[in-house]
Amino acid sequence: MSAQLDAGGAQMLAAKIEALDISVLPSKNTQKIVDGTECKHKMLFADGTDLETDIILFSAGIRPRDEIARTSGIEVGSRGGIVIDNQCKTSAPDIYAIGECAVWNGETFGLVAPGYNMGRTVVADLAGREASFEGADMSTKLKLNGVDVASIGDAHAKTENAIVYQYQNGADEIYKSLVVSADKKKLLGAVLVGDASGYGTLSQYYLNSIDLPENPDSLILPARSDESVGLGPDALPESAQICSCFDVTKGQICSAVESGCHTMGALKDNTKAATGCGGCAALLKSVLDCELEKSGFEVNTDICEHFAYTRQDLYNLIMVNKIKSFNELLEKYGKGRGCEVCRQAIGSILASYWNDYILEAEHLSQQDTNDTFLANMQKDGTYSVVPRMTGGEVTPDGLIAIGQIAKKYKLYTKVTGGQRVDLFGARVDQLPPIWKELIDAGFESGHAYGKSLRTVKSCVGSTWCRFGVDDSVGLAVELENRYKGLRSPHKIKFAVSGCTRECAEAQSKDIGIIATEGGWNLYVCGNGGMKPRHGDLFATDLDKETLIKYIDRVLTFYSRTADRLQRTSVWMENMEGGLDYLKSVVIDDKLGVCDDLEEQMQHVVDTYQCEWKTTIEDESKLKRFRHFINSDKTDENILFVEERGQIRPANEEERQHMAVTEEA
Amino acid sequence: MSNWIDICPLDDLQPDSGVCALVENKQVAIFYMPKDNAVFAVNNYDPFGKVHVLSRGLLGDIKGEPMIASPLYKQHFSLLTGQCFEDESISIPVYAVRIENNRVAVSLGE
Repeated sequence: MSAQLDAGGAQMLAAKIEALDISVLPSKNTQKIVDGTECKHKMLFADGTDLETDIILFSAGIRPRDEIARTSGIEVGSRGGIVIDNQCKTSAPDIYAIGECAVWNGETFGLVAPGYNMGRTVVADLAGREASFEGADMSTKLKLNGVDVASIGDAHAKTENAIVYQYQNGADEIYKSLVVSADKKKLLGAVLVGDASGYGTLSQYYLNSIDLPENPDSLILPARSDESVGLGPDALPESAQICSCFDVTKGQICSAVESGCHTMGALKDNTKAATGCGGCAALLKSVLDCELEKSGFEVNTDICEHFAYTRQDLYNLIMVNKIKSFNELLEKYGKGRGCEVCRQAIGSILASYWNDYILEAEHLSQQDTNDTFLANMQKDGTYSVVPRMTGGEVTPDGLIAIGQIAKKYKLYTKVTGGQRVDLFGARVDQLPPIWKELIDAGFESGHAYGKSLRTVKSCVGSTWCRFGVDDSVGLAVELENRYKGLRSPHKIKFAVSGCTRECAEAQSKDIGIIATEGGWNLYVCGNGGMKPRHGDLFATDLDKETLIKYIDRVLTFYSRTADRLQRTSVWMENMEGGLDYLKSVVIDDKLGVCDDLEEQMQHVVDTYQCEWKTTIEDESKLKRFRHFINSDKTDENILFVEERGQIRPANEEERQHMAVTEEA
Repeated sequence: MSNWIDICPLDDLQPDSGVCALVENKQVAIFYMPKDNAVFAVNNYDPFGKVHVLSRGLLGDIKGEPMIASPLYKQHFSLLTGQCFEDESISIPVYAVRIENNRVAVSLGE
């Protein structure tokens, strides 16, 4: 920390840390560590004092790993590190070094941004372009025991004739200092302790050599009345570097916004900005907002032309006004006849809040394609059928029953990634008889057609596995039975692994659970698929009761606050405050809604029904399950051919050939 | 001129949704909006997905014009003209349909 902070900043930081009941002993030179009398160890300092303690943590800083250079005769620096030139070349021709192992101009860099810059230089050099590494900005912003600390450039005012401004606020424990050039035009460095909100603005002044305002100290003095002293994103030049980890400029961000990235998630995805250390996220957001506003682009968050509300608004309207049907909501808050966007979104909200049977006459018209027939429509207009296999567990008799049904109806069968069996090629009129037989064999709907909980994948766990720490299958079955049928903004997948080998791949799921010696570790908002995302570790060593409580809360909060068709991973990426915020809501109950969230989930759990069982028991509902309303014929355009011993839809050429054969 | 073919009782239609009827070997999708007491008929064939499924799409309107969204790839077709909203060059056949004495009848207009 001594490199980053000046004396005033260090003093304030020490005071703040001491206020947390942590003693700070700076400038102590440890001479010897001996056995203690009260505690395990005793540290003997050079000034004759000592300290007894049980635990000693060493902060060793960074030491370049340069063994490979030493053993191969490549030049290393006097204090270690592989010596590189401006092109990152070592003393051996054709060998480059980048990152923390390299020493440039006598300096090693322990930050990620210079490493990336060196990498860029090497690539350019290899490609025959001119490039040179010219040192790095070591500005940092971090939290130390909860205290905001930031340091920019020449924090110690080592530049000749530099002028220093200082602001110290003992009441709020804030310290700020500015180091500016002799002509007061350029910012050379800064230190912020207790309030680092000015970091974004100040680092922009520093990195882009922007001329300072007439009174530079206005940048660190508290804003009184309405005067704004911050550097608005509008004032930044196009070349201003917003993200230092990935070297993303304001210009690049602006063109990404112009080309349609109108959310933080899309912008991060497109430009990579704020995906390294994340320190520039707030600045990135302000550039985004500013650009959207400037381009006259009113961020239209209406769900569609029929409802001038966001999905969240609609959720709240339904919740507060106890609205139970789409038509009631349309009458009170919408216009026109609706469309596939609002119908599906509102159908989903109503289902996740009230959990009524979705094929009730008043709900039917809002169900998405697959929900209307409780099966997944495939490209040829036939459907696939997926019975639930909780936790991926199935009895031999169950498997035989599925095999017999598939054989009887000539269905293509495939094992899914969610550890169950998918049966393809069923005509709409075959769905009820197929389900009748599945239900008689003890199966229930797998909800593969819904934006709802799909599967809870599991490894075999401690029951059979030599390495298993806990019963992952048992927990997976219990969780799947608890949350099955839960309607949500998008599909939800779980997995439970019985140990850290992670065979169930829980970290790629919306909800992932891994057994440890101390209990269950909970991961949230992971995703496989199009844009993989590792789940965030949300809580550790939980007992089952707490685990279920947290999952109840996370899922209900997701259901209430996500956009339509937004997976948990994107929901998390776009959440202001991110993981910390979600923890504060779910664990610390910051919003005071946890009881409510659990209650809502309990309602859904208590009102579960197998939609297929309800459907086949109701004659009037079965009427829809035929191709023609006025004929018992089936759609003769559905044609299959055989491949690898099973059916598949005929392609265009095969269809023509089949038509010809029929005529002949 | 119009040759009305009786299809089914009104009760067989799905409110704010569709059904498919077999009319002289043609598959006809029939949609019913009880609020407007309106009924529409188009060919059931989805020209994008190349299968007969439009009756299973979601119903609604675009700027007041009644439409059906394909259940496969979600293209929108006007129920008044059959015109596809996303692709000017594509349209689907539209048929006359009426409700009389609680019976639904379609005319293929040939």
